[in-house]
Amino acid sequence: MSDTRIITGNEAAALAVKLVEPNVIAAYPITPQTSLAEKLSTFVEGGELRAEYVRVEGEHSALTVCISASTVGARVFTATSSNGLLYMHEQIHWAAGSRLPIVMCCVNRGVGAPWSIFNDQQDSFSQRDTGWIQIYCRDNQEIIDTIIQAYRIAEAVYIPVMVCYDGFVLSHTMMPVEIPDYGKVREFLPPYKPSVDISPENPVTVNPVFFPWRRENAEGVLCDGYMEKRYKLQDALLKSTDTIEEVSTAYGQAFGRDHGGLLWEHMTDDAEIVIVGMGSIAAEATVAADSLRKEGIRAGVVGIRVFRPFPRKAIATALKKAKVIVVFEKCMSYGCDGGVSSDIKSALYGTGIEAPMHNYIAGLGGRDVKARELADAVKETITRIDSGTEENETTWLNCHTG
Amino acid sequence: MEQRDKYISGICTPAIGEAGKTGDWSDLKPVIDHSKCIPETKGKAACFLCWLYCPDGVVTMSIPVEIDLDYCKGCGICAEECPPNAIRMVRKVECDE
Ligand code: SF4
Ligand code: SF4
Repeated sequence: MSDTRIITGNEAAALAVKLVEPNVIAAYPITPQTSLAEKLSTFVEGGELRAEYVRVEGEHSALTVCISASTVGARVFTATSSNGLLYMHEQIHWAAGSRLPIVMCCVNRGVGAPWSIFNDQQDSFSQRDTGWIQIYCRDNQEIIDTIIQAYRIAEAVYIPVMVCYDGFVLSHTMMPVEIPDYGKVREFLPPYKPSVDISPENPVTVNPVFFPWRRENAEGVLCDGYMEKRYKLQDALLKSTDTIEEVSTAYGQAFGRDHGGLLWEHMTDDAEIVIVGMGSIAAEATVAADSLRKEGIRAGVVGIRVFRPFPRKAIATALKKAKVIVVFEKCMSYGCDGGVSSDIKSALYGTGIEAPMHNYIAGLGGRDVKARELADAVKETITRIDSGTEENETTWLNCHTG
Repeated sequence: MEQRDKYISGICTPAIGEAGKTGDWSDLKPVIDHSKCIPETKGKAACFLCWLYCPDGVVTMSIPVEIDLDYCKGCGICAEECPPNAIRMVRKVECDE
């Protein structure tokens, strides 16, 4: 019998973590992640989860605890949001450079200043270039399933995974979620084996200074310089797309739910207008696409699930037939453009796809984005294109200044 | 075939000189006046403050006290700490001349 409960995104995440049985959890509470950290500490305190919960004085330490524990072979978990994630920044790079399969939830929230406790994706977007895999979830079922997948991915490719989901929109909203079976999770997720066994019998030096050049070590072995090590991270990240897709398929076979490996599509087969989004805004866009179809506009949706490594090929394939591309996004590369749309443009360069692309910055700091508003924006885009505007400046949806 | 690094991350086998002979980075080198050194004058284990304070661990706790100049960074802490001022920091170029 399946176990389906009506729970929040944070509860779904907590139950996933309980199922993967980490050895060490270190997290510092921050809105909107708080109820996730609370739930996990309750599990540990009540003996339901046999893990060490390390109480730390801040997020930098939380990730540092995870880095240390993961280095010596522990499965670890942490979670944070917004400025907490930014406070980790140095160690986020460190975790990826150390090739540690840490899994972290980022419950997406806008970053200060000015303060906002509400949702957008600027926090995890600003950690885009740290060498982590980033996966964005669109509903609570996907959260629980993705966290379990994240461990299998991370521990296969030795790259940390950030599982991102929208604060409040998902973290505090209740939905029916099917809880995966404990025994099946054990089968799906083998125990974690660190890339190097560190023990008193096999002492190693971890992360000493690396030099610009390659050199022989004391035993005459030719060792990487800094650049080789960084190249290996990039190489592994690019190759991890295969692993991510395999794990998604395997999960679908084992649990009956495949949320799409790198991205998912909604009615794109015959779509002329393709809406692209990441996380819950993409789910909202499916409602918009359905209503546009009722008005005779052939719209479809591409939901980006994996933002890093950026699925260039999959994106180009999904957008091949689009006549117009409309991107809705909750993150901004200030002084440039929306983060998602810039990456899509770079993925399309040289592919021959020349559909006009309009992008909308939407829902920053928790501003509500309704399906109707997305549909209206799409219609506005069509009007603009019909009147000869091929590409236009980024539009900030529902933003009124002056 | 040359042996290649097997690690994916910045891990290496602990060994003396893992980072190469770092001693040649320094401008100064410590020179011991053994006639002033306490364990040597007393003929028994004593003092060894140079051994204790050396941040690079390149001083031996032995009679006579020895410094491995292949890895000494020339910081001068040993000379600063030595109670009878038995260690003097000397410019390497001057030594060469
Ligand atoms: S100069 Fe510095 S590194 Fe060299 S022996 Fe003295 S204390 Fe050690
Ligand atoms: S600190 Fe000076 S006196 Fe003491 S052992 Fe070292 S060299 Fe000798």
